[in-house]
Amino acid sequence: MISLVRNISARSLRVWQRNRDVYFVTWKTNLVPPLLEPILYLLAFGAGIGALVHEVPYRGAMIGYTAFIAPGLLATQVMFQSFFENTYNTFVRMYYQRTFDAIVTTPLTLEDVMAGELLWGASKGTIGCAVMMAAVSLFGLIHYPHALVILPFSFLAGLFFAGLALCFTGWVPQIDSFNFPTFLFVMPMFLFSGTFFPLDVLPRWAQVLAEVLPLTHVVSVMREACLGRLPARILWDLLYLALATPPVCLFGIHLMKRRLVK
Amino acid sequence: MSTVIEARGLTKLYGYLRAVDGVDFTIRAGECFGFLGPNGAGKTTTVKMIHCFAPLTAGDLRVFGMDVREHPREIKARIGVCQQEDNLDPDFSVHKNLLVFARYFGIPADERAQRARELLEFMGLWERRGDGIRQLSGGLKRRLVIARALINSPDLLILDEPTTGLDPQSRHQVWDRIRNLRRRGKTILLTTHYMDEAQALCDRLVIMDHGRILVEGPPAELVRERVGKEVVEVWGYPPELLEHARRSGWRFETDTDRLFIHTDSGEAVLSAITGKYPSERCTVRMAGLEDLFLKLTGRELRE
Repeated sequence: MISLVRNISARSLRVWQRNRDVYFVTWKTNLVPPLLEPILYLLAFGAGIGALVHEVPYRGAMIGYTAFIAPGLLATQVMFQSFFENTYNTFVRMYYQRTFDAIVTTPLTLEDVMAGELLWGASKGTIGCAVMMAAVSLFGLIHYPHALVILPFSFLAGLFFAGLALCFTGWVPQIDSFNFPTFLFVMPMFLFSGTFFPLDVLPRWAQVLAEVLPLTHVVSVMREACLGRLPARILWDLLYLALATPPVCLFGIHLMKRRLVK
Repeated sequence: MSTVIEARGLTKLYGYLRAVDGVDFTIRAGECFGFLGPNGAGKTTTVKMIHCFAPLTAGDLRVFGMDVREHPREIKARIGVCQQEDNLDPDFSVHKNLLVFARYFGIPADERAQRARELLEFMGLWERRGDGIRQLSGGLKRRLVIARALINSPDLLILDEPTTGLDPQSRHQVWDRIRNLRRRGKTILLTTHYMDEAQALCDRLVIMDHGRILVEGPPAELVRERVGKEVVEVWGYPPELLEHARRSGWRFETDTDRLFIHTDSGEAVLSAITGKYPSERCTVRMAGLEDLFLKLTGRELRE
């Protein structure tokens, strides 16, 4: 693990730049999900379910249902963008395009390449989150300036999901196998991390389980920020992510190295 | 002449498979050095160790005098690698592929543009600079990969089967560029399983099979020493001729329907057998690498 860290240098930014350049070449398709997703969800859940459930109780206050789910959508956007970048897209670059084979013949190490992939995955989460925030802000559901914390925070959250994704990319036999982590981890988190309903309506054991899920902590921070309040309790959420992210990222790099260096 | 690559007892195991089995070789500055051998001979594995990607199992490998285990970044900054599979960036144009690759070497922006232009012109791709990679033919893609491998003005250019899968015309265009680079004094390491390619391009070569080096030297010299000047090729030979060849102490090889007699005087052999041993066809030709290869892999290895 120590040698992994020693092999990571600032050159990893070259890989980040490469991925950013590709993102700009294909920018139109890239902006569709973060722009349209919130609008569709806010219409379906806000106008549909919101017509039945006007307000929900959340940490001592009553909140409009659309205002409740808006930060949940931001959090899941970060998760989806970063996770799918470093699963499917990284797999395509690794296996189908052989992009990494070419890059490792330059002064970059494989660890540099993987670190660059992770930084890009996190950046993609941040970009998706920022674009979505702009769209959601039009509905008047976000309190500024508090909500600006969400941007740097989404990078940290994105890095966690990028690292998690890389672990699976280092492990899956083929690209279809991503169905397992997607439906065993990502989709349950999407639904059970306090995104669409407050967790205290669940039985106690389910609440404890939900607290273990990383997305729960991302949702918690983003919701408080969107509501215009930043209580001390979000430090726990930050601590969770700050402690979990480095080992997850390093383990992902380790698995990729084990897969590629023979 | 200074040494560019020095390998001693270089070994690579994949499980029980001895992909590279204790090979020694030295590549000098300014020469075009070939690794000739069938698929699975260990050529690409050797190349991967030279560009510091595959870890060595045993032995010693120095590039520019530096140990590949100690100085991978420094070594890789000075080599250019053209891999077997096309791994160009499909989302970028021809031009952008070179610019992005130059960035990995930390080449400043204005210099990137200048080098990209020079190399695209050299490879005959400048007119196609705006095209996407998917619009390029196999031969053009291969030329672009070679251009990309030259972006850092490497002191050593590694070409791993540069013409595999190309049509004859594209092959000759690639050869033309490689010869041009050789004339300019570029040190080149080339792997191939084509005899004509090795003969046309290499100053010196090794023939590899099953992870081992069978022979080493300049191709013409190897052929002359191990095969002779000429080969008498007899199609549809009678069994009595084989017997005659054995009795006369001739050096020869056979395949399913041909007999190849290695000799320094084809005429003498020809006159000795004409009229006595009827065959479908009988010709004298210059000995080549193909004959050496058949001799080495066809007989010596199977013994």
